[in-house]
Amino acid sequence: MNDALLGGFVDAAVQSSHAFRAALSVLSQPGNIRDLSGAVPPAPLSVAAGVLLLTLCDGTTPLHLAGAFDCAPVRDWITFHCGAPLVSAEAAVFALGDWQALQPLGQFAIGLPDYPDRAATLIVEMPALEAKGAVLRGPGIADVAYLSLPEVAAFQANRALFPLGFDCFFTCGTKVAALPRSTYVEAV
Amino acid sequence: MTDQAYNFAYLDEQTKRMIRRAILKGVAVPGYQVPFASREMPMPYGWGTGGVQVTAACLTPDDTLKVIDQGADDTTNAVSIRKFFQRTAGVAVTEATAEATLIQTRHRIPEAALTTGQILVYQVPIPEPLRFLEPRETETRKMHELEEYGLIHVKLYEDIARHGTIATSYAYPVKVEGRYVMDPSPIPKFDNPKLSNSPALQLFGAGREQRIYALPPFTHVVSLDFDDHPFEPSKAPHDCDLCGAGESYLDEVIIDDLGGRMFVCSDTDFCRTRCEAGHLGALGVPVLKGGA
Repeated sequence: MNDALLGGFVDAAVQSSHAFRAALSVLSQPGNIRDLSGAVPPAPLSVAAGVLLLTLCDGTTPLHLAGAFDCAPVRDWITFHCGAPLVSAEAAVFALGDWQALQPLGQFAIGLPDYPDRAATLIVEMPALEAKGAVLRGPGIADVAYLSLPEVAAFQANRALFPLGFDCFFTCGTKVAALPRSTYVEAV
Repeated sequence: MTDQAYNFAYLDEQTKRMIRRAILKGVAVPGYQVPFASREMPMPYGWGTGGVQVTAACLTPDDTLKVIDQGADDTTNAVSIRKFFQRTAGVAVTEATAEATLIQTRHRIPEAALTTGQILVYQVPIPEPLRFLEPRETETRKMHELEEYGLIHVKLYEDIARHGTIATSYAYPVKVEGRYVMDPSPIPKFDNPKLSNSPALQLFGAGREQRIYALPPFTHVVSLDFDDHPFEPSKAPHDCDLCGAGESYLDEVIIDDLGGRMFVCSDTDFCRTRCEAGHLGALGVPVLKGGA
């Protein structure tokens, strides 16, 4: 059997509901790290990124695959399981890749002044994900939180655009964290 | 018993994905009203179709759901929505605020403090705080874009000019994180302070108006006011006649045709818990141990 047909949700309604709650939890509390499981996407896609795609993407959400993630197995798997149109970075509602491949960040939609929700969501594949590193403050954070972000300056520039800007999910293996545009980021 | 004729939590997966994406963008831009493709629900507009759609998109089978209408768990709106999700999602339900993981509410915030991990879903009739001042959507959208909120201060000022005080007592406008002015839904202004820095995630759904907005936990929310007329949360100057609570929001109940009235907690779970703990108000009767 074709590998692209395998690795989706077994019980889509229930598994996607758990996955969404985890995604909602990490986005509403930046710095939190949760587990996502239930999908077995093809390499180099992580389990967490695969679950996020299955939960959030469909035929109405143009998706950009960056760098090594723009390969035939990943394309086929997404086409079969999500049906998301694969597009260039400028047209993307969701973008998937490692931090290097997603550069330059200026190519992604940051929303319109009257419709700031029309901004891209980046799913950033990380080599490691830990609750330490950059200091986070802002909505969702009682005092301070910490997250091992790939860099600091890009997120400070993104925050300066508020209420415009992109939002990020970070994935590593089965782990997921997030950083909405509303968070203030400082180096340690 | 789950009704197998429906998908889990009634909505189809495509619809839930669309609502979930709107919720995530709402969380990313606190106080901004995200447009979404609201569906027709098997209940009339005004009964909480927005809240129901947000709840349906958030529910997991592990959740414990509480539904309140003006603080009460046992009114028609609350009972029918609770039964709807019992039937279509098979979730556990409760009336105890502390036991609930997801609370759908119409026009109240529970008295008991919410905790991290809880989600409070508001039913919103008119999400746009500027709508009664400026009927055109194109204009209000521009006003939000430009942070042009002078009009809403004029409205509060006219209250003062006419009544000597800010007479707006519910749906009292707030500013979120110093950016967006937001309608907190028609909660009494008594509840406004609880919006700010709540450990719970607060989601707002307006079905007819097709908007979703959100307050992440620990978001700074300020009720609009003036230096010389500061915001004051208000309630009836009484204690609850059933449980004696002095700090809860009260409903006034007419009890005869001779002008008799009593004041009772609007939050039925809060009032019952206190009565069962032995607190007694002026007209209360002691709860019998082992009684109904």
